Amino acid sequence: MTMLADAPAGRTPIETASMTYREALRMALREELAADERVFIMGEEVGVFDGAYKVTAGLLAEFGADRVRDTPISEEGFVGAGVGAAMLGERPVVEIMTLNFLLVAMDQVVNHAAKIGAMFGGQLRCPLVIRTPNGAGNQLTAQHSQSFDQYFAHVPGMKVVAPASATDAKGLLKSAIRDDDPVLVLENLRLYTEKGDVPLDPSHTTPIGLAHVAREGSDLTIVSHSYATVRARQVAERLSAEHGVEVEVVDLRSLRPLDVETVAASVSKTGRALCVEEGWATYGVGAELAARIQHACFDDLDAPVERLGMAEVPLPYAKNLETAALPNAGRIERAVLRMLGLAR
Amino acid sequence: MPRSDSAAPTADRRALADSSDEPGPVAGAGGAPAKGAAGGAATIERYERMVLIRELETESERQYKAARIGGYCHLSSGQEAITVAAAEALRSDDLLVTGYRSHGFALARGVPPEAVMAELFGRRSGCARGRGGSMHLLDVERGYYGGWGIVAGQLPIATGLALGLVRQGRPDAVLCELGDGAVNMGAWHEALNLAALWDLPVVFLVINNGYGMGTSVERASAEPELWRRASAFRMHGERVDGDELGASLEACERLLERARSERLPAVLEAVTYRYRGHSVADAGLAYRTKDEVATRRERDPIARVRRELLAGGLAEAQLDAADERARAVVEAACAFAEADPEPDVTELAAGMHAPGSAQQFARMLPGSPLDERELVFAGGLGS
Ligand SMILES: Cc1ncc(C[n+]2csc(CCOP(=O)(O)OP(=O)(O)O)c2C)c(N)n1
Repeated sequence: MTMLADAPAGRTPIETASMTYREALRMALREELAADERVFIMGEEVGVFDGAYKVTAGLLAEFGADRVRDTPISEEGFVGAGVGAAMLGERPVVEIMTLNFLLVAMDQVVNHAAKIGAMFGGQLRCPLVIRTPNGAGNQLTAQHSQSFDQYFAHVPGMKVVAPASATDAKGLLKSAIRDDDPVLVLENLRLYTEKGDVPLDPSHTTPIGLAHVAREGSDLTIVSHSYATVRARQVAERLSAEHGVEVEVVDLRSLRPLDVETVAASVSKTGRALCVEEGWATYGVGAELAARIQHACFDDLDAPVERLGMAEVPLPYAKNLETAALPNAGRIERAVLRMLGLAR
Repeated sequence: MPRSDSAAPTADRRALADSSDEPGPVAGAGGAPAKGAAGGAATIERYERMVLIRELETESERQYKAARIGGYCHLSSGQEAITVAAAEALRSDDLLVTGYRSHGFALARGVPPEAVMAELFGRRSGCARGRGGSMHLLDVERGYYGGWGIVAGQLPIATGLALGLVRQGRPDAVLCELGDGAVNMGAWHEALNLAALWDLPVVFLVINNGYGMGTSVERASAEPELWRRASAFRMHGERVDGDELGASLEACERLLERARSERLPAVLEAVTYRYRGHSVADAGLAYRTKDEVATRRERDPIARVRRELLAGGLAEAQLDAADERARAVVEAACAFAEADPEPDVTELAAGMHAPGSAQQFARMLPGSPLDERELVFAGGLGS
């Protein structure tokens, strides 16, 4: 157990423990299951199998089959069942094995869950959480390596969060479960083993709609979310050491609502913005950011806003092709240096 | 309210599944209907409710053509018996979910006609505050959890509502209306499987009105006896003459009671007919003959009840008076809707998000698209 190093002065430091992103998620689930009997988990292999990625491991034994409900392979069916139960005031936390499989339940998410508040004039709410990992990098190839976060962040009525650290994994999942609207929690396969200092206080949450500066810098801002933030921070450290370039990294944490204020404050300071995402950039999160940044920071920009994402192909299998296609450290570094006129 | 263990099955599903091999009481939509199993259900109150639905549908079509109602507008004229029966079989704490052909169900469930008509007019006092329109009526207080517009989309939701009831320890059931066209969707399969697997108190009421838009049941379903498809899930299924009030009431009551007391889901296929086109924009004659419509109109459920009441000793004048009352209610509903103000444009996003959300969205403002600041962020977005 350690104390959070950067606890605000004058306040008692928050008690934390070092744990993986996966363990932080599990801790959030356990705390919320214990705190609120309306909360229940539903999904494929979440119970007896302990979760396809072991996020729910042990929860069946602790809370029973009513609270940790195994489902058939039936995404449209059980996402819809989550919508219905949520409409009745329950707080279902639906696990989708990976984001790729949420496509077959797209209708329930976009056309049902997201519509309930507005379409019925605010008379019904849908406090549904869908949590699911996405991401590439394990040679899972075209159908299993996707990050189409923007499909969901595009939809009014949805909230979408994407924690990039163990701390926020716990904090954002808890906020999502307590939120009265449908929230998609985008996890990431490669982040599951990342460690971080996670607050132990069950009342501690990460607010939805609040980005944060993951690394301070003065020369250029990288705006990212989820695993791209890990990449961005690594590149930033290397650039600092090797080129004396200080990159600021803004971790969005929420995609909808989007914290443009934090992004704009950073870009106004550095004058340059590079938007990095794991998914395809065309019509992507970076496209949205670019539009917002040019509006909010028009007078402060020293260079056009740039975007970097996965190569626009279905992800190939061969390791070298996969690596080349991803927004890897080399590509990010090159982009930064070019934007600063330090490379061509 | 004591919560219950929704994972614990309460009945032996498999033992009860055999009943779905029994033949249904009536032939297919195109075939000759059998006599109703239970006559004598005709009462003046039910009659008046059926007439009210017919009158409101007729008036809706008129108002649509006068451009006071927009969007899609699907009428249920001809389907009044099963509609009134199903709504009556529901207890006040039961839940109702429907597709988009829902004016009749809303009225039968007790949604005030003014609230329905105001919604069709897109006005402030509409039952969905002018946000839903014809396809998305609702009344949470009366347990009506919505008209939904995506074919079969409401089925998984109904299953989830039933799961919610069980988790909350409530002894109530869900009635989920769908059309014959919905049974070929994946959502039908997924929802029925979950409902049967988890022993959920939900009755899937298939309104078989012969057509999904212009496609007859026979042209759409490899197994056109739709009730039989329940057997794929070892779920009870049966068919009823949906134009026969007594038989419809009996079946709905029995299956809902079974759902409530034994947590047994079921499929009830109600064979009926839609007189008008798929929506008011469809003349309804490209895929069926005038003769067919005329023949089916001879079995009109309202006329049947009227005849029964007359035979039972009621006077023409009493029935005419009921007709008059229904017409007056619809007229008043129209007058109300017309006088009702339009929704406030500055509240464009009202209701979309839960209270407190405005704070979450506040930091999105700086780069917001033109006008978004005024109409969306200031417009009651969860504030
Ligand atoms: C998924 C989907 N596909 C197509 C449509 C367009 N559509 C609306 S109603 C309808 C016909 C449905 O017929 P049926 O289920 O028999 O119900 P009915 O209209 O007869 O009440 C179609 C194809 C839709 N709303 N949703």
